[in-house]
Parts: sequence; C-alpha cells; structure tokens
Amino acid sequence: MSIPAVPVPMESPRAPWYRRLPVVSHFNKSVGLQRGMLVAGLVLTGLFVLTALFAPLLAPYGFSQLSDADGNFPTQQAPGGKHLLGTTVGGYDVLSRVIWGAQTAIMVIVVAVSMSIVVGVVLGLVSGYLGGWLDRILVVIADAVYAFPSLLVAIVMAIVISGGQSSLIGGIFAAGTAITLVFIPQYFRVIRAETVRLKAEPFVESAKVVGASNIRIMTRHIYRNATRTLPLIFTLNASEAILTLAGLGFLGFGIEPSSAAEWGFDLNKALADTTSGIWWTGLFPGLAIVLTVVGLTLVGESINDLNDPRLRGRKSTGSSSPAPVDNAAIATEVRAS
Amino acid sequence: MTTLIDAPPTDADGLLPAAKKSSGGGLGQYILVRFLLIFPTIFILVTMVFFLMRITGDPITAAMGGRLPADQLQERIQAAGYDRPILVQYFEYLGQLATGNFGRTLTDNRAVSEMLTTYGSATLELSINALLVALVVGIPLGMVAAHRRDKAPDAVLRVFAILCYATPVFFAGMLLKLTFSVWLGWLPVAGRARTSSELALTSLEAPTGIYWLDALRSGNMAALGDVMAHAVLPAVALGLLTAGIFLRLVRTNVIGTLGRDYIEAGRSRGVSEYRLVTKHAYKPALIPIITVMGLQIAVMLGGAVLTEKTFEWKGLGFQLANYLTARDFVAVQGIVVLLAIIVAMTNFIVDIIAALIDPRVRY
Repeated sequence: MSIPAVPVPMESPRAPWYRRLPVVSHFNKSVGLQRGMLVAGLVLTGLFVLTALFAPLLAPYGFSQLSDADGNFPTQQAPGGKHLLGTTVGGYDVLSRVIWGAQTAIMVIVVAVSMSIVVGVVLGLVSGYLGGWLDRILVVIADAVYAFPSLLVAIVMAIVISGGQSSLIGGIFAAGTAITLVFIPQYFRVIRAETVRLKAEPFVESAKVVGASNIRIMTRHIYRNATRTLPLIFTLNASEAILTLAGLGFLGFGIEPSSAAEWGFDLNKALADTTSGIWWTGLFPGLAIVLTVVGLTLVGESINDLNDPRLRGRKSTGSSSPAPVDNAAIATEVRAS
Repeated sequence: MTTLIDAPPTDADGLLPAAKKSSGGGLGQYILVRFLLIFPTIFILVTMVFFLMRITGDPITAAMGGRLPADQLQERIQAAGYDRPILVQYFEYLGQLATGNFGRTLTDNRAVSEMLTTYGSATLELSINALLVALVVGIPLGMVAAHRRDKAPDAVLRVFAILCYATPVFFAGMLLKLTFSVWLGWLPVAGRARTSSELALTSLEAPTGIYWLDALRSGNMAALGDVMAHAVLPAVALGLLTAGIFLRLVRTNVIGTLGRDYIEAGRSRGVSEYRLVTKHAYKPALIPIITVMGLQIAVMLGGAVLTEKTFEWKGLGFQLANYLTARDFVAVQGIVVLLAIIVAMTNFIVDIIAALIDPRVRY
C-alpha cells in the first residue's frame, strides 16, 4: 500500500480556484481503486451530458419521426441496416429515441434538483435558525413525506399537476415538480441539522453582537457553511430523479411520445414486445437508464467516501480525525430517521 | 427510493439518538410514545393526499368527464356529495376512514376496502418473497465483501451492489422474463398461478390469499409447484433491488466492527476467521441494518408497484396502475392511504425491535 502515513493534505486555501471545485478537489485526493471508480463515473456522466447536449446532431432521426424520403419506417424491425437499434411497434427508431431520451432526462434532473435545492435550503435555514413551533411542524411533515414510498408521492403530484400526460415543457415541469416534492425533505433535513449546529457557533454570536440582522446571518454566515455537502446530495439525487422519472413513465405518467422521448415510457411500450421475443425495444432504453444511474452513483459515492477520511484510505486515518463528524451526520441524516 | 450513502463504519455503536440519556421511563413508556407518534404521521399523509388530489377537481369529472353528458355528470357529482365545501368533505372522509370505510371505486363500483383486502394479500406475498431473496443474497455477500475488503471480490461485489440499485425493477424484470421465460422457457411469463391452480386455491375455505400458504395448507402439491414457479422471477427482480442495499449495509457495518479490539482478542484466542465474521462482528452490526430495513419496506412497496405491473402480478400495485390509467382517484386514494398506514406501522415495529435489541435506543 502506497498510502502515506500522514493524512492526505486538504486543499490549502491558496490553491487556485479551479483546484478547489468540488469534483476536481476530490479527484486530486483520490488514489487507486477509488480514483478508478471516480473516473469511470465521470466518463459515464460526461457521455450522458454530451449525448443530451448534442442529441440533434447525434440522432439519425427525430424522436417522433415515423418516415423519411423512402417512405414509412418498418415496425418492429430487428437491429441493423438503416435502423441500427431497430424500430418499435409504433415505427419509431430506437436509437434516435434513446439519444433524445438523454435530453429529456437531463432537463427533468435540472428542473427537479434545482427547485428542490432552493425550496429545501430556504426551509431548512429558516426552520433550523428560527426554531420554535414552525420548526417542529416542518420536521414532522418532512419526516412523514420522507418515510413514504417516493414513487407514490411522485404519482400523486403528477396527477395534481397535469392529470397525467402532457406536452414537452408541461411534462418536464410536471415530472420535475413531482420529483421535487420527494427531494425537498432530504435537503431540508441536511440543511436544518447543519443550521442547528452552526447556530451555536461563536461566529454567529459575534455577528449578532455586531448587529447583523437575522436575514443577514442566515444568508451569509450560516448559508455559506451549511451548503458544503450539497454536491454530494446533488449527484445522488440526480440518479434518483432519473429512476423516478422512468418509473412514472413506465406507469404511463410520462410525456407523450410525440412531444419528447422518455426512456421509462419506451420501456412501458416494450413490455408487450418481450413475450414475442422482441428484445431491442426494451434493452436499449433500459441500458441507457442503468449506465446513466451507475455513472452518477459512482461519482456521488466517490465524493462521499473522499469527504470522509475514515472511508478514504484504509490506513490513512490516525486516531484523531476532526473532520468526519459532519459527514457522519449527513449520511445518517440522509438515510436513517 | 433511499439514497445509497454508506453509513459511517462507527454507526454500529454510536447509534442514532442513543446519545440522549433516558431520564427514567422504561421500555413500556417508549413503546407507548412511539405508538402514539404513528397517528400524526398517518394523519399528515392522509390530509396531504386528500387535498392534493382534490386540487385537480372532483373525482367524478376526472373519471367520467367526456363520457357522460354534462347534466348526468352534475347529477352524479351531487349524488356523491362532491359539490359540498371541501372541508365538509374532508371531515366526512376522515370520519369514514376511522370506521374503516374507504368509499367505493368509481370505475367498477366495488368497496375500496374489499378491493384492498383482495389484492393486498398478493402484494404481501410478493414482498415476503422479495425480502427473502434480498436477505439471502445481501447478507452473506456483504460479509464476504467486508472480509475481503479492498480485494477483488470486494470490488466486484460493490459494482454488483451499484448495478442492483441502478437497474429499475421493471427493466430487471423484463430481462429476466426475456431470458428465463421467452428464450429458455423454464418459467412462466406472468401472473401468479395457472388458472386451474388459481381456481383450486381461491375456492378453499377461508383462504389467506397468500397462494403458497394456501397450497401448503390444502396439501395441493401440484398447485404449490405452479405457484412457486410463478413467484421466482418477480421475487428476484424486486429482491435484487433491495439486496444491493443490504449488501452495502452489512459490508460497512461489519467493516466497522471488524476493526474493534474484541475481534483482535478473539483472533488471538484462535477463533476462526469464518466465525469472527459471521458471529462476533456480524451481531453488533445488526442494529443499524434493522433500522434501515424499516426504510426499505417503503422502497419495496414502491418497487412492488412497478414489479406487479411488469409481471401482471394482480396485487395493489397492478391495480394502482390500472386505476391511475382509468383516472379512478377514489381507488387510488384508498391504495395510497393503505400504503401510508403500512409504512407507518412497519417503522413502528422496526423501532420497537431495535429498542429490544439495544437498550440504548430507548429514550
């Protein structure tokens, strides 16, 4: 083992800003197997993002295209020839829909995660800082929603927002908002726990003595310190958002095939094909989901391990490890109640 | 679905709110307080579901809108009382729930409570089977991964765990179906049993609705074999989803306990490595595992909805998907409320078990 006996130095305050970015600093800290996992995750995630960005260039046909200059596409054609991954029962080109699906997925992730971060962080800060009955009520509600199967919460929200199916923008916002409600409790719990801890710190008291207002203390002093762990939750939630979106689509609560390509919806349609041995309509959208989620999970998990010195390297931790408390708190906050 | 973060290894002893020192108050008081906490949880969920579903309008328009002329629609809305103020309807609904009356479904006009008991047993059977698969796969593999930490088996098993989490149950189910039912032809494609055995089992006196149990009780071995064959693929598809999470939990917690002094002491006394891992290190690691298992029940119920749809397993999830398509929101509301109650109850039971195992949890 080539791990040094001294703990790997944390990035010094003087390191250039780009070396202190979340993922970059984690990369520099990593060694061996862990670095391999992080790199594999970054490659898969990068592929996903690039596919989404360049979908119009990469996809041979449009996601709802049923014919070209030579006439209508054949239905349920096996992979090969003009349609590299075959065609579906409705005559869509599977490859094109898989590529366009990345775009839908990334839009839903962005909508869902950014909305839940904003709402969750604000609620967490206010609830943790002000305390009192507001805090108690919010905690009880968050716990109730958190304990409930997330897919069911998303289904209820999808009914509320769109009554089911809808157009591209409407569908993305419906799915995004449905997933948001699932995630808010997670951000809320983490930020609230951090806020409660930070509230007792001397620097908050100093700020009060100097005469800073509650809003200023919350937005500057506590906010900056409480949000360090967000990149970690972000990657984990991005993968969960994809799975929830696919679940909604699979149950028929997605975006109509004529307005966008969605992997879960395609899998729903492919279910009937399996009994007749048609594998290509389901296999490829499914693989797209698996690879994207694996990529995001690998990145998130590597960040989690690297944040926690006890998980980082086997012998690198001495008896004193001052930092890990935060992470331990986060991990327990996020998944146990 | 729960996130995949590993518990920090030391969780095994610094468990949860254990830090709060109890000020008197024994197990009895803890159970009572914890039991009373179930009610606000269920109440909040019921309230949220009720109001959220009503924002979209009344259930009758949602289900029948466009299929009935406007005046008939109005008539039915009035007959069902959906034109009254929403708060009146809400309190009436709460009152009905308290007496176990969930209303009647709109599309096939049957009592929701009867629908829930009929299909609930199928979901229960699927969940039990899947939990068995998850435990049988997850726990031993987790011990292996912990024992061979940072070696090749560990790396392989960690990738396996991530794959389990990353594969949607319906995709896993589809692949299993393709391989074992369509290509190899070993197992049935879908359903819970052949029609003949289904008939034999449902015509029994006081059936439990759990087919393998009914088959065992009536000594119908042919039906038992048939039911088992149908149960394998759904159980594996849903079980693997949770198996990955169990594997990781066991791994992290056993690694935590393996580093302790008493393990070293045991090793120096000549206790075999096998026994050290499976007995000495594993037992203290059990508590955080049981706690998280409570949360896994919620994951499993969510996954069951998708699994049942994939395998046409006629349980609550299958019905939920159907009622959703038909926009029958009375039935949907009933299923969601029942699942909320189940989740709250299982979390209660899990907390009690944790308290029985580790007195420090009681606070």
